[in-house]
Amino acid sequence: MDQRNQMHRHIANTRKSLFDQGYLDEQFIQLEELQDNSNPNFVEEVVTLFYRDSARFLSNLDQALEKRPLDFNKLDSLMHQFKSSSTSIGAKKVKTECTHFRNYCNARNAEGCKRTFQNVKKEYTTLRKKLEAYFQMSRQVGPIETACRSR
Amino acid sequence: MNNNKQMMASSSGGSWKSGGGDGGVSDQFPAGLRVLVVDDDSTCLMILEKMLRHCNYEVTKCNRAEVALSYLRENKNGFDVVISDVHMPDMDGFKLLEHIGLEMDLPVIMMSADDSKSVVMKGVTHGACDYLIKPVRIEALRNIWQHMVRRRKHEWKDFDQSASADEQKPPEEPDYSSSANEGNNWKNTKRRKDEEDEAEERDDSSSLKKPRVVWSVELHQQFVAAVNQLGIDKAVPKKILELMNVPGLMRENVASHLQKYRLYLRRLSGSQLPGGMNSGFMGGPDAGYGPMSSLNGLDLQALAASGQLSQLPPQSLATLQAVALGRSNNSKSVIDQRNIFSFENPKSRYSEVQSQHLNNNNNINNSNNNNNNNNISSNINNNSKQMNLLPGIPTNIEPKQFVSLHQSGQHSFGSMNNQVQIQMGGQSQSQHQVQSNTNAHMLTRGAVDMSSKVYNPVVSVSQASSVNSYPLGGSLGNPNVRATPSGDGNLDAKVSVGGIVPSYDVFYDLSQTREWSLQDSGLTYDQSSLLLQHNHSSGSEMREQNQNLGGGKVMFSPAVDTRTHLNGSNIGQQRNTYIKTESHSDGSFHNTMYSEQYGQDDLLAAILKQQQGVGQLNNEFGFDGYALDDLPV
Repeated sequence: MDQRNQMHRHIANTRKSLFDQGYLDEQFIQLEELQDNSNPNFVEEVVTLFYRDSARFLSNLDQALEKRPLDFNKLDSLMHQFKSSSTSIGAKKVKTECTHFRNYCNARNAEGCKRTFQNVKKEYTTLRKKLEAYFQMSRQVGPIETACRSR
Repeated sequence: MNNNKQMMASSSGGSWKSGGGDGGVSDQFPAGLRVLVVDDDSTCLMILEKMLRHCNYEVTKCNRAEVALSYLRENKNGFDVVISDVHMPDMDGFKLLEHIGLEMDLPVIMMSADDSKSVVMKGVTHGACDYLIKPVRIEALRNIWQHMVRRRKHEWKDFDQSASADEQKPPEEPDYSSSANEGNNWKNTKRRKDEEDEAEERDDSSSLKKPRVVWSVELHQQFVAAVNQLGIDKAVPKKILELMNVPGLMRENVASHLQKYRLYLRRLSGSQLPGGMNSGFMGGPDAGYGPMSSLNGLDLQALAASGQLSQLPPQSLATLQAVALGRSNNSKSVIDQRNIFSFENPKSRYSEVQSQHLNNNNNINNSNNNNNNNNISSNINNNSKQMNLLPGIPTNIEPKQFVSLHQSGQHSFGSMNNQVQIQMGGQSQSQHQVQSNTNAHMLTRGAVDMSSKVYNPVVSVSQASSVNSYPLGGSLGNPNVRATPSGDGNLDAKVSVGGIVPSYDVFYDLSQTREWSLQDSGLTYDQSSLLLQHNHSSGSEMREQNQNLGGGKVMFSPAVDTRTHLNGSNIGQQRNTYIKTESHSDGSFHNTMYSEQYGQDDLLAAILKQQQGVGQLNNEFGFDGYALDDLPV
């Protein structure tokens, strides 16, 4: 029991830190609120969907950044999609980096684009790792726990 | 989709049954509100669906605009409100918005992560009833029902007391009490309420009430024909109404529709001129395009298709148009405009350019289609590649637009086009011929160049459609090129083409700069080209196809249908065909291909009939692009 409580506390802390450190924002909470007994793994499902789409977006961006000369309009368009997706799950840091990228696109700054894209990928990878760990923990404790967890 | 809806209906548990027609909203309202949500991002789509379900709405989701349009067309009264993303690969959200506004008159809510003023403004001008910034919160979704109520209220206000007006409602009445059609409950209730209101106001001036008018393809074509006849400048609702002579139609209906139409035209003309087109996009405007002066309807089409038009200096375009107009014997200018409008689709865009040709085309459409078809058939042989063209249905509809564009391509797209064209009357026929000939020439030229471009294939395809013989086939030859008309025919080309997907981006970008008129043009071309290809396979085939159409069978004979631009999913060829027709309707391309323009009428009728089963041809507005493809993006 004690161990369980500890586990809960640990999960709650982990979750809190994700917000405090700026990895996630309010939108993630919206998702959590949509989760209910009829769909106890909703948040994780959405995030998994996000990973899948992101893989494609990032790969497209990688390819587009290989081209010479760079097609900034296209890059901007691709990034817009990725940013939109990231925003929908509340990936705050990722979203910020996406915005930087788009700014560089608008400024037609190739170096800036490439640099920020690395940041985007880094933030994405970090967030993904953290979320995967978090969900795994939550699953161990049991879905009900997760759903009931308050803000 | 119907299944989907049904499932939803059952799961949502009796979407609210209208309370006993007291006009009051039942307690359950707005539960059961039928929402169609469109977003290419599956993450967003999943979240939205969940949120809407939490609001107790009935949700149907799709990630392709074309699919959404087909849902809407097949199920005219199946939805209460549409929510769509702005940035979508297969079709610009605003284009979808326009289509819906013209065809179904449903409230559409736009959403985007982009909150810049210009985009929001665009939403407003395109007729969106609301604009949500992503990430969308559930609170924002809870109140969307107001848009549906507001719109209903507007409709009812105009309710016509005349008997004919009442006729419009009946279809929904029966469902009123049955739970089989829960979706209708909303409407029924609303209608009942409205009816009651109407009865009370019966004594009031009839102008106060107008029945809700659904602008079907045919109706729209009639409208366009009337406008063209009068001349866009002189087209006033009253006269249009008289010309149309549609019982139950009120001046107000026409007035509001005219307003939309004008906006549409303006957009077309506005977008065409600016040199927004990235040269890189199309690969150099000069490609293949001969001197402007020599541009014929075909050239225009080709240009339009390639999006190069945008590159053309305004003067050139103006010249082209002037020439086109000058040529037109009949109310060409009117016709062109007509085309533009009728088909929301890029066709209109082209129409502008093509206006020159269009005039010819339009008038000729009906008559020319037949003629053109002949001409085209020869071309077609060359381009037998892509069948994308809308199933045999000759699309005379946008005779003008397409005619110039594809001449041949048009017909494939959709009977819709044919419809329009049909209305045009004999004049178009003669013109078509002229145009087709010229177009053919033009296309070839353009086609040649086009192929080199990524987009060209798509575009050229559409162009080819009109020209048939165009080398576009070269580009068309690419299996990928199939330019599936994407909804509007504009982007479709891009979409359909397997390899061309990226072009979408380009188009998107272009559209950004040029307003999607250009985009459309690009697509329309594709469509037409696709159609052409299809049709081109053999002139005689086309005829046959046309004949088939008459048979009420999807014109798209085997060759055509699946492949042609229709969405990759080629689901039910017929379906595709239908869709195409719809989309094509805009593109004059459709019709050109068919050897008999008039035969197209029959075909059109046949198609329409067929479509009835599927769902009204909503092609009116040239959704050409939609039906065609479910191009996986």
